[in-house]
Amino acid sequence: MQFLKKQFPIVLAFLMGMLMFVREYVPTDFAESVYNWYVRWDIIIAGFAGVLAIISLVHYHTTKVRRRVPGYGYSIITLAAFWVMLVLTLIFGLEAKVEGGLTPGQWLYNYVFLPNQATMFATLAFFIASAAFRAFRARTAEATALLIAGLIVMIGRVPAGDEIVNFFSRLFAGNEVGASISTFADWIMNNPNMAGYRGIILGIALAQIALSVRIIFGIERTYLGGGE
Amino acid sequence: MRHIRRVLFGLLPIGVWFILTSSANSQMSTAGPRGIPIPPPEGMTPEVPSPLTKEPEVFIPLPTKVWAQDLPNDNGTGLVVIFEKAEGETEEQFYIVLIAESPEGPWYEAVRFPADTSFKDDYSSYFPGFFWFRKHKEPRTWHAAVISEVSVGERVIPEKGKNYYLKLLAEKQGRVVEYPQLMEARTRVNWFHTARTNNLIFAVIFGAVILYYIALARKDPNLYIRKIAGLEAVDEAIGRATEMGKPILYLNGMDPLSTLSTLASLNILGRVARRVANYDSELLVPSKDPVVLSVAQEVVKQGYLDAGRPDAYKEDNVFFLTEDQFAYTASVCGIMVRDKPAANIFMGYYYAESLILAETGATTGAIQIAGTDSTSQLPFFVTTCDYTLIGEELYAASAYLAREPRLLGSLKGQDVGKLFIMIVILVGTILASVGFMFVRDLFKALG
Repeated sequence: MQFLKKQFPIVLAFLMGMLMFVREYVPTDFAESVYNWYVRWDIIIAGFAGVLAIISLVHYHTTKVRRRVPGYGYSIITLAAFWVMLVLTLIFGLEAKVEGGLTPGQWLYNYVFLPNQATMFATLAFFIASAAFRAFRARTAEATALLIAGLIVMIGRVPAGDEIVNFFSRLFAGNEVGASISTFADWIMNNPNMAGYRGIILGIALAQIALSVRIIFGIERTYLGGGE
Repeated sequence: MRHIRRVLFGLLPIGVWFILTSSANSQMSTAGPRGIPIPPPEGMTPEVPSPLTKEPEVFIPLPTKVWAQDLPNDNGTGLVVIFEKAEGETEEQFYIVLIAESPEGPWYEAVRFPADTSFKDDYSSYFPGFFWFRKHKEPRTWHAAVISEVSVGERVIPEKGKNYYLKLLAEKQGRVVEYPQLMEARTRVNWFHTARTNNLIFAVIFGAVILYYIALARKDPNLYIRKIAGLEAVDEAIGRATEMGKPILYLNGMDPLSTLSTLASLNILGRVARRVANYDSELLVPSKDPVVLSVAQEVVKQGYLDAGRPDAYKEDNVFFLTEDQFAYTASVCGIMVRDKPAANIFMGYYYAESLILAETGATTGAIQIAGTDSTSQLPFFVTTCDYTLIGEELYAASAYLAREPRLLGSLKGQDVGKLFIMIVILVGTILASVGFMFVRDLFKALG
């Protein structure tokens, strides 16, 4: 029992880790079949985990409703939505009987769920504005550099960017500026920005190899729930 | 310094081996006269000029060096005809390769391409040695006609381990000439992807360096690791939550368990859970992925067990919300607004929801620590969170929090890898500036 709980997962992680590592360098169908085999297992495990997740969801919200935890009304809505969707799909299926028609489940998905999802996504625009306000407060030299670079890139990336700069240039200096702001914006994105980006990517790649080595050789095993 | 020198000396023999083994393989080389037309194969009715009667109206040059071979680095179902660019070939000229299972036919058209395309240079995944060592000396000199998945009725050829016969034809303005030599080649399964040799060598060396430093850390546990402010703040955040009597919200990111950043996040969760249990605070872990949920429950439970507080673990605090990105975001934002956690910890991989989550958390006044390797979302976390673990720091976090020598040793090995890359970038930049692309090409991903 102790072996199954402690050693076996580590041995399994080692074998699977090495298998997937070797697979990367072997261009045969065997490598492909190993990957497909892994994907099949992933689907099977996800299927079982899905059942556990549904139990967790129902249990969590039922407990909240039963205990009248503040905000339990939202839990009632969640549970109602869950059961309605489940029952309607079980009764009417996933395919509409009439060509071009919708099952009740599909109708709810298209006309209730998707608009809600789009609404949530749309709020991002407002959050970007508030985050930009916070980021662009020029309180330090770094923040000022960020503000200037951000403004150049923002103006340079819109189609009217060069026209805007020329308009103000004509207004205040009497003639158009020679350089194009879009070119400068591209330079910022392709040089200082890309340099920083690649530095981060290289660090991530090395860190991922280090983590993989730790996991494959059983040095890091917190994710197994086993401590050291 | 002594260890770095050892590592660099260790690279030398591998580099020599790499150079010796990476040159392109070739076989069945045949040479023939140029421009001699022969009758067209069965199934084709081109006008064939006869060199015995008069000069053809349209001159169609043929290559002199032509051979067929197995396609390297494939699964054994490909062939390739390689030939030197014919003198005088123009973009109007087409090359056609016919394939048959016996010398008598029937012949099937396997590939057709204009003469100004399909060079060996274009297939660096199949011919890495050519790319690494010769590309810049003879650019676009050798044609490579890659043959795979040719439909023959209900079958697809070439099949594994079989001999095939190939003919090379050149076509221009409706006239066709054939290379006089019939070619034969056999498909074979390739057991090593040579285009990934550089990748493998680096992975093995880097893995070995990490294991070496882990072994070193066992002997000398007092390794110096630079401070990471975001991780120093974890204790502060947990302490604050305990003082306020509010929970700590921990998110594992949006990706499934197969993603390394999610694994890194779960490792950190284990360390955080242990600290939370010690402080007797409450930890909320809403999950998006069912598999991650199951693992997170185990990890948190073990954290409480390790802290000697199994009684304090509440299974309901690690719960599933939904698999949908924005429904999950809405739900987590609701938890933030209603329960007002004292600390929000965002670890793992995030997408567009990162800013919505972090901004909502900021409005509740919670101390926020984020860690992600999603470069597109990093700016949003940096803007809205108190502390952000950037890229590699996410992966180092578990080792850092554990303070376990073996794990810290791997961080040291990681730093040596970074030093190596910095040296390569520096040397490669200098060499590329004076026209030597060898170092740059050696580190290019081809396969």
